[in-house]
Amino acid sequence: MESYAGRTEHGTGLMTPPTHQIPSIEAISVTKIYGQGQTEVIALNDVTLRVAPGEVVALLGPSGAGKSTLLTAMALINPPTSGRIIISGELVMEGADAKIDLRAFRRRHLGFVFQKANLIPFLTALENVQVALEINDTPAHIARKRAMYLLDHLGIADRADNLPDALSGGQQQRVAVARALANKPSLILADEPTAALDSHRGRQVMELFAQVAHESNSGVIVVTHDTRALDVFDRIVEMEDGRLLTPSVSSAEYGD
Amino acid sequence: MNLAVRDIRHNFSRFVFTTVGIGLLLMVVMGMAGIYRGLIFEATLLVDRIGADLWVVQGNTRGPFAELSRIPVSLENRVRALPEIIRARRFVNHSIQREHHGKPLRLMVQGLAWPDDKGEWVSLVAGRPLGQAHFEMIADRSLGLALDERVKFGKDVYRVVGLTTGMSGIAGDGLAFFTASDAMTIQFDSPSEAIRLDRSARLARTENQDLGHTQPLLLERAGGLSSGIAELPRPQVSAILVSLNPSADIDRVISTLSTWPDITVYTAQQQKDLLLSGTVDKSRRQLGLFSVLLIIISTIIIALIMYTLTLDKIHDIALLKLIGARNRVIVGLILQQALLMGAFGYGLAWWFGQYLFPYFPRRVMLETPDLIKLAFITVLISMLASLLGIWKAMQVEPNTVLA
Ligand SMILES: Nc1ncnc2c1ncn2[C@@H]1O[C@H](COP(=O)(O)OP(=O)(O)OP(=O)(O)O)[C@@H](O)[C@H]1O
Ligand SMILES: [Mg+2]
Repeated sequence: MESYAGRTEHGTGLMTPPTHQIPSIEAISVTKIYGQGQTEVIALNDVTLRVAPGEVVALLGPSGAGKSTLLTAMALINPPTSGRIIISGELVMEGADAKIDLRAFRRRHLGFVFQKANLIPFLTALENVQVALEINDTPAHIARKRAMYLLDHLGIADRADNLPDALSGGQQQRVAVARALANKPSLILADEPTAALDSHRGRQVMELFAQVAHESNSGVIVVTHDTRALDVFDRIVEMEDGRLLTPSVSSAEYGD
Repeated sequence: MNLAVRDIRHNFSRFVFTTVGIGLLLMVVMGMAGIYRGLIFEATLLVDRIGADLWVVQGNTRGPFAELSRIPVSLENRVRALPEIIRARRFVNHSIQREHHGKPLRLMVQGLAWPDDKGEWVSLVAGRPLGQAHFEMIADRSLGLALDERVKFGKDVYRVVGLTTGMSGIAGDGLAFFTASDAMTIQFDSPSEAIRLDRSARLARTENQDLGHTQPLLLERAGGLSSGIAELPRPQVSAILVSLNPSADIDRVISTLSTWPDITVYTAQQQKDLLLSGTVDKSRRQLGLFSVLLIIISTIIIALIMYTLTLDKIHDIALLKLIGARNRVIVGLILQQALLMGAFGYGLAWWFGQYLFPYFPRRVMLETPDLIKLAFITVLISMLASLLGIWKAMQVEPNTVLA
């Protein structure tokens, strides 16, 4: 954690928090510019967002505001043009430069859910969850048990042996959620994960995120348009035109 | 969990069709190698089976398989007179194409030096060796003749008394064994009209010469049988086959024979080498090059298949990268699939071949060393072929999942 302290001097401007309060993720002065010249789009304009461990954040905003861009930048799959991304105190991105093996980091620490379930069509529901565990070096029999446990938890244990094609959109999405949670990630990133679900199921998924976040102290960022389930979130962040509208740091958490 | 196997299971019919395609392709490669071996085998079959130690041929020629070789039959006796020689046989061999039951019948006539050689060395599947000096034959099965069947060659009818199998000449035509004199009769058979014209031409020539006027007997002979004219040489044979005493010093016999200016002598091995480096050399190289071409084409086709299969899965591969799969997982997925296709394709190729190749008109010989070599080549081309797909998979960005 010394390295964290070192980095704070460079510019987070925060008091060094106690270990358990190291932000789960920090995006610091992140700018993302797509294209060049005539077609240049500034999707993110100097965005700074911190999410504490165990904190569940909703990211709202109109279409084109840059929500997905911010989320994918934080998910280490869309390198920003400039700015830094620090996860669990570790500097992982500086501009477009990766400071670590991003894929290994994603595998160990991040969980993703997107609007589409993006399941692998030739694997069963169970195997889709299992594969996330196995690529993270979990022995097959343990992976299987944990995958089953997660599916059970999400109420689709009875469909474990079905291929994604045979599942409804909502069931597929729940498999994707199970996959995202499989490796007990320190950060869960979800981009409109409930778009394919009815409001009841949608709420259930949000509640599950909150529960996981609180139980395992992971940070959760969810892009959503569904304003009915907002009470589940600890904090709501709004975006517009590539900027955050609300202060990025929750005063309750850090006592600014 | 093996992703390659899961994917195959999911798209099983596609896998089966693709593998059958690859299998057929490999079968052609396998067949090519088999035809190549068959060609060599057939070319050297006769030299191997006839069991002569030395081949005496016309001076300065490369023997009956390479070019025309003509030596007098009497050479048989000259050779036989040498020490250490247990057998000297005339070698009469030529291809003919005749009609039999309205269908063309191509065969290679092989003369046996009756009564020395009745064809006991020919392995028979039915019947017996030759039993009389004329009008009997041993036929290879591929000629489609039955035991006891009668076939007309020239003015005579020959009876099939024995059947053999797998005996074919350089050009792949089935062999038929006759006594040497029958073989020569078949070879030099001319229609009666040609003989009549020949005789009257001889008569006319003689009539126009002084000799013809002064020697009435000569004039009479000129219009008669050709065998009655002393000046006409007797028909010649292609070679004399020499068998030596097992204890004989072959080099001494060769050096003795080499002093005879009218002949050239080859060992059986030299005769075989001449065959392989001469007569069948071009076909052999043609087949060899064609096999190489086929292997290259197979690699390209399998590469395209693997590329297409990878493109089909590119979204899943991007997702695997997104959730953090190592490259080894992704490479494994593509490579294992290619290897499985190669392996099953190879198995199918072998299996198809077992049923198909025997129906080929010429011999296709699948030999174990060739099969092992091809197995290695299959593994190699499967790996090479997956490179394009692997390259594509390595290119894909994880965030294309979101597109
Ligand atoms: N790959 C890209 N190339 C060029 N421009 C892009 C690309 N991706 C996004 N943009 C632009 O960046 C801006 C932000 O896009 P982004 O997808 O982050 O918005 P969003 O807030 O997620 O919108 P939505 O709610 O519709 O999903 C938009 O103007 C979009 O057109
Ligand atoms: Mg979006």
